[in-house]
Parts: sequence; structure tokens; C-alpha cells
Amino acid sequence: MENVVQRLLKCSTSTFFQLHIVNCTGLGEEGVKAAVATSRLERGKLRRRTRAAVETGVGHREPGPRTRRCPQIAFCPAFCDPDSLPPRVGWIAAGALASIPTPAAHGSAPSIHKHGSSMASNSSSSGGSDRQRIAQQRLRIIAGHLQRPAGDDSALLAAECKDQGSKSDASSEEKTVPRRRQEIMKWNGWGYSDSRFLFNKKGQAEFTGKRYKLSGMIIPGLKEWFEGTFGANLQHKSPATPILNSSAVRPPTLNEAFVEELKSTGVPFSHDAEDRVFRAYGHCVHEIFALREGRIGRVPDLVVWPNCHNDVVKIVELACKHNVCLIPYGGGTSVSSALECPSEETRSIVSLDTSQMNRILWIDEKNLTAHVEAGIVGQDLERLLNESGYCTGHEPDSMEFSSLGGWVATRASGMKKNIYGNIEDLVVHIKMVTPRGVIEKSCQGPRMSTGPDVHHFILGSEGTLGVVTEVTMKIRPMPEYQKYGSVVFPNFEQGVACLREVAKQRCAPASIRLMDNEQFKFGHALKPQVSSIFTSFLDGLKKIYITKFKGFDPNRLCVATLLFEGNREKVLQHEKQVYDIAAKFGGLAAGEDNGQRGYMLTFVIAYLRDLGMDYYVMGESFETSVPWDRVLDICQNVKARIVHECKERGVQFTPLSTCRVTQTYDAGACVYFYFGFNYRGLSDPVHVYEQVEHAAREEILANGGSLSHHHGVGKLRKEWMSETVSNVGIGMLKSVKDYVDPNNIFGNRNLF
Amino acid sequence: MVVDSYKVQRVKPMWKCLEPVFSRMTSRGQLHRLQKRSQHRASGRAGPEHDEEFVDILEERRRSSDLGHALRTFNPHPYRGAPPCSTADLNKAVLESQYLRYVAKEIAMETGSSEEDVREEARGILEEMSQNLQLRFIRLMGYTLTKVFKRLFTGIFVNMEGLGTLQQAIQEAPVILMPNHRSYVDFLVISYILFTYDIPVPVIAAGIPLAGMKMVGEILRRSGAFFIRRAIGSDKLYWAVLSEYVKTIVRKGYAPMEFYVEGLRSRTLKSVTPKLGMMHMVLEPYFKSEVFDITLVPVSISYDRVLEESLLAHELLGVPKPKESTAGLLKAGKVLQEDYGTMHVNFGRPLSVRQLCQGKINRCQYNSAPRDLPQKPTEEAQACVSWLAHLMVRIQDEGSVISPWSLMACLLLQAPMAVLAEEGLPWERLAERTLWLRRLALDCGAGLNWPGQTPDSDVMSSAVALHRSVVYRRAGRVYLLQQEEPARKRPISPEEAVMRIATAVLMLASYRNQSLHVFARPALLATALHITKSTQRDELFACFCFLQDVFSYEFILVPGELSQDFEEACVLLEKCGAVHISQQEVTLSDMGLEALSFLRALIQPFIDSYQVMFRYLSEEGDPVLTEKQLVPAVRNRATKLILSGELRTYEALSSDTLKNALSALQRLEAVTKLRTPEQNEYKVNSAAVGRIGDILSGTIPPQMLQTTPDARL
Repeated sequence: MENVVQRLLKCSTSTFFQLHIVNCTGLGEEGVKAAVATSRLERGKLRRRTRAAVETGVGHREPGPRTRRCPQIAFCPAFCDPDSLPPRVGWIAAGALASIPTPAAHGSAPSIHKHGSSMASNSSSSGGSDRQRIAQQRLRIIAGHLQRPAGDDSALLAAECKDQGSKSDASSEEKTVPRRRQEIMKWNGWGYSDSRFLFNKKGQAEFTGKRYKLSGMIIPGLKEWFEGTFGANLQHKSPATPILNSSAVRPPTLNEAFVEELKSTGVPFSHDAEDRVFRAYGHCVHEIFALREGRIGRVPDLVVWPNCHNDVVKIVELACKHNVCLIPYGGGTSVSSALECPSEETRSIVSLDTSQMNRILWIDEKNLTAHVEAGIVGQDLERLLNESGYCTGHEPDSMEFSSLGGWVATRASGMKKNIYGNIEDLVVHIKMVTPRGVIEKSCQGPRMSTGPDVHHFILGSEGTLGVVTEVTMKIRPMPEYQKYGSVVFPNFEQGVACLREVAKQRCAPASIRLMDNEQFKFGHALKPQVSSIFTSFLDGLKKIYITKFKGFDPNRLCVATLLFEGNREKVLQHEKQVYDIAAKFGGLAAGEDNGQRGYMLTFVIAYLRDLGMDYYVMGESFETSVPWDRVLDICQNVKARIVHECKERGVQFTPLSTCRVTQTYDAGACVYFYFGFNYRGLSDPVHVYEQVEHAAREEILANGGSLSHHHGVGKLRKEWMSETVSNVGIGMLKSVKDYVDPNNIFGNRNLF
Repeated sequence: MVVDSYKVQRVKPMWKCLEPVFSRMTSRGQLHRLQKRSQHRASGRAGPEHDEEFVDILEERRRSSDLGHALRTFNPHPYRGAPPCSTADLNKAVLESQYLRYVAKEIAMETGSSEEDVREEARGILEEMSQNLQLRFIRLMGYTLTKVFKRLFTGIFVNMEGLGTLQQAIQEAPVILMPNHRSYVDFLVISYILFTYDIPVPVIAAGIPLAGMKMVGEILRRSGAFFIRRAIGSDKLYWAVLSEYVKTIVRKGYAPMEFYVEGLRSRTLKSVTPKLGMMHMVLEPYFKSEVFDITLVPVSISYDRVLEESLLAHELLGVPKPKESTAGLLKAGKVLQEDYGTMHVNFGRPLSVRQLCQGKINRCQYNSAPRDLPQKPTEEAQACVSWLAHLMVRIQDEGSVISPWSLMACLLLQAPMAVLAEEGLPWERLAERTLWLRRLALDCGAGLNWPGQTPDSDVMSSAVALHRSVVYRRAGRVYLLQQEEPARKRPISPEEAVMRIATAVLMLASYRNQSLHVFARPALLATALHITKSTQRDELFACFCFLQDVFSYEFILVPGELSQDFEEACVLLEKCGAVHISQQEVTLSDMGLEALSFLRALIQPFIDSYQVMFRYLSEEGDPVLTEKQLVPAVRNRATKLILSGELRTYEALSSDTLKNALSALQRLEAVTKLRTPEQNEYKVNSAAVGRIGDILSGTIPPQMLQTTPDARL
């Protein structure tokens, strides 16, 4: 204990400090984040908040997986002594803080102890052990270090376009996304190369790497679930082509004149096969499946990495001059075939990779906005803002890899939109380079009545009009307090009714999601191995309580996961309100770890798909938004349609067909469907998959669902655009395209 | 289980017959899928020459305790394990529905009464309507019906395979049982069978008069019947309550729903133009995506002999139908003493509404407004409902089992009636012709109940014996039975004599009608060949369409599928060797004269009867008539014509035929219905009626008469 605090005291950077506290206590990240945030402005409040964080020690978490910033930091087991923690800490799952990159952490596996407190209870801290008091004292001292040097009171942090090679950017070392993505990411699967699921020699599932909370853990229930759900067999493997064979890639068709002039601008570019292949695909199942089989279609002929807005202007000018097709590339997480190179394109295709435009150019603390380069990926944006005590609160499930520009171009939605809003609510100002020139508004007025909002031509334009280069977006002080929760309902109908009521009363937490029974079981199967008999005993008790005592049918019950955020008192009050509503619909509070595991699933599910593909299982998710009165019907009908279509198409084993309600709105909800099936024995599984997905989308539309809530249209859902927005609507969009980009320079042919 | 089972002769299995129907409605690969599905569903049916196996369910009852059967453990598997829904819950859901709220508000606005009053009224309507299905009463019903059935029928034959697929289908989607309605007896027979085989017992749409019967009404209610008023007309609230009630039952899916798509008991044993209101209510939950799918199960119930035969004939001749009453039921005890042969219940292949409606209904049309909002159905929806309803009738027809007697009735009716009554027909000739007709019927795809192990002559003899209320056989000849009325004071008048023959003729006609659907298409073509005297396909087709238009209430064909019907007629005629078909022409074959003249003669009574009506109307000037005046007037005219020997058919006396003719004229816009508060009045366009009559007699060439698709709700 002592030496931990001493180590704490040694820390000088705020980031280090912040992570340290989080890791050591296994609790109060949020409180400390808040402390960091407020330190400059209201240092006086810090003490109380820090103390609160330490005292309650409730399951705060990192909002999303992070890259390794401070690998030397370790969890401190001492802080996780159950005796020293207030009861509710126990609800945090083993190493619950998802994804904090701490090599040593998992060995010690802190705070897996479960205490029997109920979610809804308003228990306050019982702290008061000596050790804690000492810790608080030290924290107060540490807080003093956070004071900024005097004179640095201007709240503006400015940065300028990096000149090629002129000055080295210190932060570039820590850049999440290198130019050569292949250095850290898979070429034919999701995410980081070092992180993947596999079945080890004992047939147990484990997750490799060190990046995530789940990393290095055994997941004992997964095999049984996997085999039982898909009828898969570990003996039947369908491994991917291990190495990208560059000779399978067609040599680039280069526009020599363009390349020559590009060279003179000094913007880095490459026509290396790997670089090109990486930018030719998103993460649709057919794209990944083809890559796994080593089949590579049309790929961009060249990749350019602009470093700033002006670089983009130059590139677009050159593209226009030489009639080259440009396809903007952000994080590559598209699931709409948006990145696919149109087969009919005969010009040289240049992928414009914005990943190096990743700086926060300034933060305006008076207006709470930040001006950011559009290539920044979610995790970096959040991390860098956190360093200044802020956040955007925009957390799409893909935030590890997806970029700000991509969010704008697809009308992205974040998990915590209930507090922070969707991307269209968050942007204040957008700068986009088009073949006609740069479009931007003249001011930062929070709302304007100046004809149709030109931002809305850009939002959702899916790269057909230009490249978003810089965005001013709203920021918020980091929340002081974060708390997970979960509620079990006897059936999905009750759950939906509860969510509807929550939406009606407009008291939705930062996030509220309702998983159906299949997904509940799926979540259960992903429970990592517990090392304590006590925990498994408690799990058993809980199960008995819910199924036997409360009479819930384990094959019908479903679970809602919750995330509350904000001021601690308000969170607790809010929590009570939500749990009270839930109780009216037969909901039982089911603990924080269930909630947290639900959100963790979000980040690892994409990795799981790769595991499935290793064993003849192919899966995908898709989403829609739908009015409240149709939520139940659409869930039931689309799931039934999937099962039905699979049967019709000769899929032998009943597919996994499951859904969850992931967002609530005043007038409706966002519904996510997961669909996976065992394709062993099918001659053309991708075709079967596509037919089923197509049928499912038709079903969605027939049930009053939208074409997409946030994934976008791309090329995958183009065929339904005109019936979705009417022919006149298509005409309006086309006329904008015709004006802005008459020569179809931005020729990815998405949307229409 | 040792059961008395036998096979019904059928050249084509039912689903094979459906193929042309399916191929019509299909676009893009749909046919393929349906075929695949039918093979899947009809697994075990090997070749095209397949016999369906029917099992006598009374056999078991005769051998074991009736009480034991009534008290059997009933263990059905309902849809998706849907929880049982109590009457109170169901009614509450209906009354509290958003839809009913909207309607109540609307009505309150229109009438100026308070919304509360309207809702109270709705509650009253629902109380009168709602079923109260209880297992106890199903058992009671089971016990009673066993007793009754054993007395009435020598056997009740059910296709077990159909029951098997039904049992499966019920677990997968809400099921709508759609039987035809030929007799009061079939009201509970499906419930009885389902109870016996552990399948959830249906709730049944019934006419309100049944509810009025003392005790019985209540027993029916508790056996699952819900009661619908007859003339709902424009009672908005009633429609709303009924449709919400029906839709709620379908949505909840805890029990199958049974209703008669024909809307009423056919007085003529011939299919009736389907009613679309109920059908639309049943389908709407699918249209509005409230359920994933709905399964329609057409059920064909066929009788050797119908209990109500003479009652129906009298009714058709203008004797009012006795009111349904418990006392009447008890008095009918005499009826129970007689033998009614066998009854066949043929459960059709379950049909998925989702598949049937593919390409016919765009469910997105309901996306832009609340689904609960009372809205007029779109044209698309109406057309789809109408098509499906007609399709169901066609499948019911094709599933019905035809008795030898029905074939004999066809032939008997083609003899001059006076001769048949006085001199009789030689038995040998009748038998020989019947066997010839059996071949023709099988060629046309009929499902015949012709026992294979009994000599043919015995089969025919016993058919005649069973129907001794219509004909009798004496000294090698067959005679039409004329009902004796004892204690006559005065000699019967010629008009009364006509009526006496007419009663028997109409009974005979009913039995002919049982097999009419088999021959309808080729017979229309044979008539067209005769009328046009042409061999050109397009001319024949025009005439075929005209005939179909005129007789659309006699022969129920699926709307919008005339060219397929024509094709089918051509193919069937060619198959019986009556014609040769080429690209452009349909030429008569020498061998086919017998078939052609038989088929033509089948249609002739309808033509003659309609002509009587047409002539009457066109001679009247442009009158305004009520139906109540018209029918007796035409009937009088027909009686005179029969007496003078100008009219051969007695069917012109049937009110059903006359009403159908009137409806057809209305459809052809030669007669317009005037809406008056008291009764229906019709305004006649004599010239138009005359023209139709002329085309029908072949004096002016048929031109295509354009009519709007029949899609009334």
C-alpha cells in the first residue's frame, strides 16, 4: 500500500496520475477524471470529488478500450482488499475495467468479490478504514500537483498543420493509427493483430493479447454455447489464408501525371499492395470472407496520407485536374460496402486516408467546443480530450477505430447519445473539401435559420461529395461519476414496455439497452472464468433467486443494461427512478457486472465473428430504427424471417437470430439484430448470407423500420434508397452531387 | 388403432391441382418455392397418381365409451406455446385497444353522444358477440356429438395426413380454419375432430340467430362460438368491435379461428361467392406486420346426404326458413332417424399467407400512419383479400369428396323432368352413363368417393337407396319422387304440381351442384363453342369471359385469372378427347361429342333460367323493383313457361338462381341498386339486360364486357 502511494506521488503528468488512480483503486476513474477536468477551474471542489470517488469506489470504467499509454502502471492488489472496500464495489466483474492496458493487472485479477447489495439501493460509502483515509490525504496532496503553471490561463490550445518533416510531433509516437495499418491490425479480420479469440488445446476459449479486459482470460462457457447455438464442431475448422499474397493484388493503374504532381506537393503516398488492400474493404461479412479466402477484388491504385486540411485541398485539386477517382478512408469500419471500389470505375482510384489528420487543433473552454481534424479516431479523441478534462461523449461501438470524419459522413450514433446527442447534435462547424471548393459556415452560432442546414448535405454524404477535414464539436466536462446497472425482465415484451416508459418519462440513462433472451445467454457464455468459489456460489444463488423464487423462465427472460453518468447524487437519484419504473414492469435489478459485461460485449463481438469464421460460422449485425408501437413486432418478425429464410436456403442448423433495443428516442427506438449461422455444407455461403440479409432488410422495411439508424447506406442498401426517401428525395440529393462534384471525382458510388 | 379406412380416388392430388393456381399468382421464382414447400408439406405423396387416406373417426367411438372420449386428457400444443387467454382478458384487450378508442371518439363526434356512452355500447356489443371457450363444454359437446353423429352417419371420414400437418402448423403461426358450410351439422364437427386429436379447439364465427337459441346458444358460446349479427350494414361501431375482436384473436393466436368464408350456409350445396369483410379482418394482422405469418387451412366438408335437403329446396322455392330455435331443434328429432351415409372432412394443406401474398401486398403502405387508425383498406389490400378468399373457395371445392350420387344427379337432371317423374329412366342406361361420367370426372381431377372393393352396380344402387327422398327405383327404371301430401281436399292445381316436381328437382340439383365445380371450366368452354360456333381461340375466349361474367355468382372462379381458367378448360377438354388445341384454334373432335353435349347440358339450366329473368326484365320497360317483388314475379313467369312447355328447367324457380342473376346484372351494370332506407330497390336498364340476353343466346357476338374487379368489402 505504502509504496503504491509513493509511486503515485512520483507521477508528474496528469494522465499518468489519472490512470494510476483508476488502476490502483479499481474504482474511481470517473471521479478522478472529473478532478483532473476541474482542477484548473475549480480546484477547490477537487477534494470532495476525489474523496467521493475513493469512498464509493463504484464500478467506473473506461468508456472504451484504449491503447497503451502507460504500460508501466499496474493494478494495485492492496486496494482491492475486500475488507477495505464498500460493499457495492463487489459488483465489478473480475478486472472489470475494460481494456485498460495493464500487463500486470490480469495476473492479480482484483475485485472479483461479489457483495450482495442490490443495484437500486442507495447505499452510501461505508469507508473509513485507516488506509483509505491515508489515501485520501495523499490524493489531496497530489491534487496540488495538478495546478497549471500560472499565465497559462488562455483556454485556447492551438496547433498548426504539420509541415512535412519540418518539426517532429512528439505525440506522433503515440499515434494509434500508423500509416501502415498492417503493423498493428489484421488484414482479414477485426481489430488489432494481437487480440483474437481462439479455442486452446484444451478446447477452452480464450482471448489473446493484453489490450482488453478480457485479454488473456479463459472463457469457459463459450465452447458449449458456440457448439450448441450453431451446431459447430471444433474439429471442423475453416481457417483463413494466413498471409496476404501481394501477387493476388492487381498492379495499380496509376495516373502518372497525377502521381508526378502529387510528389511535388510532398504529401506521402504509396502504391504498395498491402497498403492498397487495407483500404479496399470495410467489415461486411462478404468482404472479410473474401479476404480470408485470399480473394482480392478491385483495390485502390494509390493511397495518400494528407497531414492537414491544406494537403487535402491540394489532393482534391489534383484529382480534379487529372480526373482521378478519390475515395475517402477514415477508420475502415464501414459495414455498408461503402469502401468497395466500384467495379465499373475505369479511372485510377486513389484512397485518401485521413488517419494522419488526427490532432485536436484547439479547445475553446468558454464555449465548450473543440476543433479537431477529422481523421482522429474515437479513442484518441476521447483520450486527448480527457487529458484536458473533457470528453465528447460520442461513443459508437466502433470508437476504437472509427474516425470523426467517418462519423460525420455516415451520421453516426453513440452509445451515450441520451446525454450527449448523436453526431448531428454534436457538430457545430464542419469543413469539407469538395471539387467545387471548401464548404463551411461563417460562424459558430449554435443554431441558425439560414435555409436548409448545409451541414445536412455533409452529414450522411458517405464520401460522395468531398472529404471532411476539420470539425468543431461540442465537448463536455468529464462526468464526475459513472455507474453500470442491469435489470432482468421476465420476458422481452415487458422489457420493451419498460424502455418505452423510460423514454416517455424522458429519464433514459446515458445508455439503456435491452437484450433478448438469446443475447442474454450469449452474454452469459462470455463470462470469464471466475477464480473464486464465492463468486460462482453467488452466481448460482442469483440464478436460483431469479428462476425459482421469482419464477422467471430462463428461456424467456431478458436483460437490460444501463449506464448512468453525471453528478453522483443525481446518478443515484436517476438510478432509483429507472429501477422504480423497471419494477413496475416486473424488472429485477441484476447487478452492475451484468451491465458492464453487456457493454464489454460490444467491443469484443466483432472479434468473435472472426472466431466463428474459423469454424464455419458466419455472422453479421444490422440495425434499424422503428416507432415504439412496432418495436416488438419488428423484433419478432425479423428474427422469424431470418430463421425462415435460412431454412429455405438449406442452412442445416437453426441460425442464431437475436436482437436488442439499443437506443431509445421520444418516438421510437433503435433495434440491432445479430444473425449467425453454420455454413458447413453450403456451396456458396456468402450468397446465402446475402440473400438472408436482403430478406431481413425487406422485412425490416415492411415492418416500418428505417433503412438504417446509423450504419449508413453505402452500396449494400442502395437499392432501397429511392423507396426510402422518395424519387424526389433522390433527385434532390443527385442535384447536389451534380453541382458539387460534376465529374464524380468522389466516385465511391454510395447512397444512390 | 384398427380403423376402417379407405381411399378416395383422385387422379391429381389436391396440391397438384393447385399448381396452376400457384403458377398464376407467382412472379419470379415464387412458384419454385411454393412447389418446394408443397413437396415438403406433402411429403409421402409419391407420384401424381396418389390416393388420400381417409379414416373413419366414428369407428373408434363405436367400439369404446363415449364418456371416456368426452373425458379424455386433452393436451394440445398451441401456437408458440402462447399462454391461454381468458375471455375476460381477451375482451379487455379489445375494449382497451387504441383502434376502438379512435373509433369511439369518431362516433362520439358524429353522433354527439359522449365517448363513454359509445364505449359502453361497444361493451354491450362485445358481450353479445364474445365466445367463452371452456374445456368442460367442449367435453359436453364431444359427448353429445358422438351420440348424434353415430346415429346420423355411417362414418365420418377424415384425412389423417391433413390433421398431422394442421397440428404442426398450429404451433408455427396463428391458424385460420376455413371450412365450407353445407349443413348445420358441420358447425361443431371440426372442433369435435380437433378435440379428439389433441389439437387446440377453435373459436368459431357464427350467425347471431344461433345465439338466440335457449341453452344451445350458451352451450355453443362456451364451445367457442362467437356471434355476428347478420345485416351489419353501416353500423360503424359494430364493425369496429367485430374487427378488433377478430384481429385480437388472430394476434394472440392462442386458439385457431374458424369461419365460413362464404359467410353463410350454401342453400344449393354449391360454393357461394366469398364474403370479404371477415377475410380482411383475419388477414389484416399480417398486412400490418403484427404477426409474422398466418396459416390458412381450407377444410372441405362433403356429405353423401344433407340433413336439410328438403328444407333447403322448400326455402329456395319461397317457403320461409324456420327460425333457429331450441324447440325446432328438438322437433327435428325425426330427421335423426334417417341414414345420411357418410361425411368427409378433408383438411387442406396449410397455406402461408406470407407466401401467398408475396408481390400482392406491399406492407410498407401501413408505415406512415398509426396502424390502429381506422382506415379504409387500400385497393391493393381489397384485391388481395378478394383473390385469397376466392382461392380458398376454389381449394375447398377441389378438396371436396364427390359421391357417386352426385354424378348420377348430373345425369338425371339432363332428362326431361316430366318424363323422369312419370315414365322414369332405364336403370341400365343410367348406370352405364354414370360409369362414363366417372371417367370424365376423374379426368377433370375430381376427388371421387367410389368404393373400389364393391361392385359398381352395388355402389350405384346403394346411392339411389340412400336418396329415396328424391328418387326411387322400380322395375328397372328410376323415377323422380314427388312428395305425397296426404289428405288433400281438392285436386292439385297445375301450378302446385310444378312446385311438387320442383322440390325434387331442386334437391337433385343440389346434389349435382356438389360436382359442378369439377366441370365448370370445360363446361363454360363447351358452351362458348356452342354459342359462337367458332374455333378461333380469341373469339372463344371472349365468349368464355362473357359467360364467366354472367355466371360469376354460379361458378366461383378466382378473379383476374380468366386466361388461366380458359387454358385449363382447353387442356381438360383435350384430355377428355373432346377437342384438339392448336396455337390459334380449338377444333371439335368427333369422339368428344358425348362429353361436349353433357357439359353443355350442365350449363343449360342456368342459361335458361337467366334468360327467363332477362326476358322478364327487358319486357318490363325501365322499372324500379324490389327484390321481394321481383323473385315471385319471375317465379310465376317461369311456372307459366314450364306449364306451356317453353321452359324445360325447374331451376328457374329457385330464388337462389334468380338472386344470382340479379347480382350478375348488377355487376354488369345493367341493373343499379338504389339505396333506400327500407329495402333494396333496383333500377333496371332494359336495353342492357336485353343485350346480355342476346349475347347469351348467340344472336349478337360477345364483346368483352368490362367490369371492375370484384372487391367489395
